[in-house]
Amino acid sequence: MNEIIIDGEPLPFVEGQTVAAALVAAGRIAWRTTRVGRRPRGVFCGIGVCFDCLVTVDGSDGQRACLVPARPGMAVTTGEGDDA
Amino acid sequence: MPEPSDLIVVGAGPAGMAAAVTALAGGLRVALVDSGTAVGGQFWRHPPEHARAAIPTEDLHHGLREYRALCDALSAGRAAGRLDLRLAHHVWSVVREDGGFAVHAVDRCRAPRETAVVLRAPRLLVATGAYDRQLPFPGWELPGVLTAGGLQALLKGGGVAAGSRVALGGTGPFLLPVAVALAARGAEVVAVCEAAHPRAWLRHPGPLLRNPGKWAEAAEYAAALARHRIRLRPRTAIVEAEGDDRVTAVRIASLTPDGTPRAGTEQRVEVDAVGVGWGFAPQLDLLVPLGCALTDSADGNAVVAVDDGQRTSVPGLYAAGETCGVGGAGLAVSEGRLAAGSVLADSGAAPGRGRRRRSAVRARADGQRAFARAMNTVHRLPAAWPAWLPDETLVCRCEEVDAGAVRAARADAGAHDHRQVKQLTRAGMGWCQGRMCGPAVHCLVARGGAYAPAERLVATPVTLGALADRDA
Ligand SMILES: Cc1cc2nc3c(=O)[nH]c(=O)nc-3n(C[C@H](O)[C@H](O)[C@H](O)COP(=O)(O)OP(=O)(O)OC[C@H]3O[C@@H](n4cnc5c(N)ncnc54)[C@H](O)[C@@H]3O)c2cc1C
Ligand code: FES
Repeated sequence: MNEIIIDGEPLPFVEGQTVAAALVAAGRIAWRTTRVGRRPRGVFCGIGVCFDCLVTVDGSDGQRACLVPARPGMAVTTGEGDDA
Repeated sequence: MPEPSDLIVVGAGPAGMAAAVTALAGGLRVALVDSGTAVGGQFWRHPPEHARAAIPTEDLHHGLREYRALCDALSAGRAAGRLDLRLAHHVWSVVREDGGFAVHAVDRCRAPRETAVVLRAPRLLVATGAYDRQLPFPGWELPGVLTAGGLQALLKGGGVAAGSRVALGGTGPFLLPVAVALAARGAEVVAVCEAAHPRAWLRHPGPLLRNPGKWAEAAEYAAALARHRIRLRPRTAIVEAEGDDRVTAVRIASLTPDGTPRAGTEQRVEVDAVGVGWGFAPQLDLLVPLGCALTDSADGNAVVAVDDGQRTSVPGLYAAGETCGVGGAGLAVSEGRLAAGSVLADSGAAPGRGRRRRSAVRARADGQRAFARAMNTVHRLPAAWPAWLPDETLVCRCEEVDAGAVRAARADAGAHDHRQVKQLTRAGMGWCQGRMCGPAVHCLVARGGAYAPAERLVATPVTLGALADRDA
């Protein structure tokens, strides 16, 4: 079974999908809040240009979920802020 | 370790693929670099090679015969040891060095791990394409509102439809393949709002007659839209998105010819996703710092100035595809071929294709450019948009600067370009470095002229760790 771990919870993905595609496929279209207005954000441009989709992957923050291929067991944390 | 290359091509979209294949055919050693996990760029975006069975996307594509021919030629080049294909390599800087170029990239094939890589060659071709151009509207920052290209990228790269009831808006023929692809994946496309009127195409019979393939394509889309009962609404726009934590509805209005929403025509439509795009903005990040001359294109963008062989003003530097002006995948392929032909001629290599062949490609590119010019005339940005946009609308998504603040920077401080607005308001200072808000801020404050992006010395964020262990 292909699963990534999102905030401690397993999330299935299809081999070849990015972290963003796996989240959107599961109906999650927002996964962080902005620093200033605390507004929810998810994927916007889908190709690595807008930085709306930021997550932390295996401890590295500021990763664009739309560019990172999902890998089994990958630990993704979502949440607040874009300047961590 | 592969042998040094004669040519580095950055960008493996239609332009870069065609260029690499032509250069290989002419006997050159080529390095082809792309940040994606597969070749194809935006138009032929595919899941990575090993995942094609798990994520079928063939039915969403056009021109696959040409794509496969290019892929086969690239594979042959690799097998012969003359093509160094670098996928998942993000180029963050390019510098001139010893009469040639040094291309600095990070290898992210085990993302988030990064390894620094430097490639060097006497000649460089930049074919980094474009991204969706946005005009903000109230609510465009709500989750579920995506760029039209973003919807398409999720579909073609991951087999995912971002919603089940989707409205599309903006301008340009690109909205049509997105609508059809969404429908093919079971989404209900409740509206396609096209700000222009397709009738305007009738004023450009020449370019249409020269590009019969475009007629066929348009007819194909018309049939597919009819089959899926998708309504194209001419001269309308999405003027607002509603919702709390995510988009739940859009407001759609008819437009006057200058792009003003007509009072009393507003309609509310419930949706769970939205796709918007107002044409594209070329990706010039690697080219601007090299100092190559830019020129105005008919769609309001500054693009790289090239001669009729795709040579930029910097010796040894070539550009092809949407960096030279937005005109679709067919034109990108032609320009890639022309650019590589110039590389072959300029490096004294035997041209892979005969002179007759080259003039045929040139004629084809001329016809495709005429079509692109007509497209840019018909699908202009609405002149009235800066006038009707409410002050509270967020313009810069990263730093959360609204239209009122941008207008104040112009009225109170005399700012009349996006760089000055950035200093005064922080619009364009965040993570995306103004890639998203730049064209919009330009429309709000500039007194005419084309939008030229600010110089960005780093094209993609790169960790200090990767820089420290760079094998330079
Ligand atoms: C998101 C999106 C989706 C699109 N989908 C369609 C579609 O379905 N149908 C259609 O007709 N048109 C589509 N287009 C329009 C499309 O851009 C062009 O028609 C065509 O793809 C242009 O070809 P190109 O080779 O010039 O650039 P692209 O196809 O954009 O290729 C550029 C390549 O350069 C790479 N690149 C860019 N910067 C770097 C860097 N710093 N380091 C490494 N690699 C880099 C990119 O990963 C990309 O693969 C889309 C555009 C966008 C932005
Ligand atoms: S969605 Fe824009 S960077 Fe990922």
